[in-house]
Amino acid sequence: MSTYHVDERGYYGDFGGAYIPEMLYPNTEELRTQYLKITEEASFKEEFDALLRDYVGRPTPLYFAERLSEKYKTKIYLKREDLCHTGAHKVNNTIGQILLAKRLGKNRIIAETGAGQHGVATATVCALMGIECVVYMGEIDIARQAPNVARMKLLGAEVRPATSGSRTLKDATNEAIRDWINNPVSTHYIIGSVVGPHPYPDMVARFQSVISEEVKAQLQEKEGRTSPDHVIACVGGGSNAAGIYYHYLDVPEVNIIAVEAAGKGIDSGESAATSALGKEGIIHGSKTLLMQSPDGQITEPYSISAGLDYPGVGPMHAHLYRSGRAEFISVTDDDAMQAGRELSALEGIIPAIETSHAFSVFDQKKFGSEEVVVVNLSGRGDKDLQTYIDYFNL
Amino acid sequence: MTAQTNRITERMKAPEKVLSIYFTAGYPALEDTRTILKNLQDSGVDLVEIGLPFSDPLADGPTIQDSSTQALHNGMSTAKLFEQLEGVREEIDIPLVLMGYFNPMLQFGVEAFCKKCQEVGIDGIIMPDLPVDVYQREYQEIYERYNLLPIFLITPQTPEARIRELDEASKGFLYMVSTASTTGAKSGFGEEQFDYFNRIDQMGLQNEQVVGFGIHDSTTFEQATSTAKGAIIGSAFIKHLGAHGPEGTTDFVQAIRPGKPA
Ligand SMILES: Cc1ncc(COP(=O)(O)O)c(C=O)c1O
Repeated sequence: MSTYHVDERGYYGDFGGAYIPEMLYPNTEELRTQYLKITEEASFKEEFDALLRDYVGRPTPLYFAERLSEKYKTKIYLKREDLCHTGAHKVNNTIGQILLAKRLGKNRIIAETGAGQHGVATATVCALMGIECVVYMGEIDIARQAPNVARMKLLGAEVRPATSGSRTLKDATNEAIRDWINNPVSTHYIIGSVVGPHPYPDMVARFQSVISEEVKAQLQEKEGRTSPDHVIACVGGGSNAAGIYYHYLDVPEVNIIAVEAAGKGIDSGESAATSALGKEGIIHGSKTLLMQSPDGQITEPYSISAGLDYPGVGPMHAHLYRSGRAEFISVTDDDAMQAGRELSALEGIIPAIETSHAFSVFDQKKFGSEEVVVVNLSGRGDKDLQTYIDYFNL
Repeated sequence: MTAQTNRITERMKAPEKVLSIYFTAGYPALEDTRTILKNLQDSGVDLVEIGLPFSDPLADGPTIQDSSTQALHNGMSTAKLFEQLEGVREEIDIPLVLMGYFNPMLQFGVEAFCKKCQEVGIDGIIMPDLPVDVYQREYQEIYERYNLLPIFLITPQTPEARIRELDEASKGFLYMVSTASTTGAKSGFGEEQFDYFNRIDQMGLQNEQVVGFGIHDSTTFEQATSTAKGAIIGSAFIKHLGAHGPEGTTDFVQAIRPGKPA
């Protein structure tokens, strides 16, 4: 019996559930009753595995980062999700969900996106399967992630701007949910992270769990053990983190580190560090930790990284935080940018700015020289070049 | 429940159809709440749903979204609304329902919220994103203690067994969402809605049904109430408020249902 996975009611400890308007009940109920049945069928697994191997390029390498390890005097391995087709871990989930949507007989896909990585990954699998695709994206994010907008369009998706609220990921998610209310029968909503009503957090975590499944085998080969001492991942909604934690959740020897975006600083009023600033509440159909006013209005987060610019975290992570199972660290814009530059210079890998946050942990925390630390390198930085250019005056 | 009476239950027993109006508290101006309530009652409206604005109203279309944003910008909050409603029962005797999203209620404290509702004279609560099973497990007892009727939603997609379950849990009336849509859709009703209205009418439910979403003129009001007990107008009234403020409410109501100012 594990304590850190979802229970049969759809909760992680105090968090989770499905706090949705009745209009969405038939849709989420269909998913709830079908997702395990479908994803455990042999034919589903075969198709999923084959696409991950031949189309996405899995398994992704587990790379020993020699120069980074030397600098921080510990053994650092990088899980190279940046080498996935489309440039980030997001595609593991969209492959799984598109296969599920096909089996549910859906002929239209909607998605929300922040950085555009999930939008691109969704547009990609829709092109692959020949299914109509609409992606909601905040107006602000459309401006700061222009290359990904162009990619989605090339892939044949329609990108609809979300113009309400902070015009970022939260608002794009609202618009996608509203679209689903208006199109309940034809449409499947591919959520991009371990957020939303049950069963989404568990479903997305399962599709992403391939990451830690591979790490176990790869570490066995390289270090003669399946578990590292520490796993580190950045947390926006928390899907890449859920993927690399998944098989270690109930292995207490593995220290789990979650990295959130502090923006301009936790106390600056411009931050997205949910564990530090959030309180229990409801966002996007899930009971979790979220940033809100004392009156219960959801507050607008801020981060330089569009993919971490979200006022909540998935319910799994809220539970990992409250139970003390995971250690939460927050990293400012400036520290993340420096860490991204350092990884580029030391290892020849330009990370997504979301991912850069995870690397800043090495400046905040010391690890033992014989300890094995695995960092989820969730995505590559091509989409963020303009931000790097502006920040460093390149 | 004890033999407490409730204004909604009483009104549902009367033979006349029910015209219900929704408005967002704090819109267009922060202090309009009491004037709007008074004008609605004077115009012969039978029941009012007072909307507690929320930053992220998932079930609402652009009109109610914008009114919520404006209301919050004006300074509306849960505490402020309860303050405005103090003494409302000295001048308003039609049933009042509070409608909102669950997070502000949760932050206020569900028990404190319900207690306040009873103090100011609220009769029922509609929380579209509070699931019925959570309500029954955690909050039913509190609602009952403060004589607040829980009103749940059904939609054209709700399976029959679930409709019966929601009818069982609802008190006062059952909220029938007319179409698969967010609020403010304005395409008018067709074959599909009439089939749905008839299907529900023939189910022999314990609660009266009140139709909402997409009612915006006398035609849609009459169509909805040909089988259902009542109908709710939201976005169309918000648009009126946006253009004219609380003035002219009687004209607006007359255009929906001619001839019956109180
Ligand atoms: C590369 C990368 N890492 C991380 C994230 C954050 O999402 P999550 O926390 O779900 O992994 C994103 C989101 O866009 C991303 O593109």
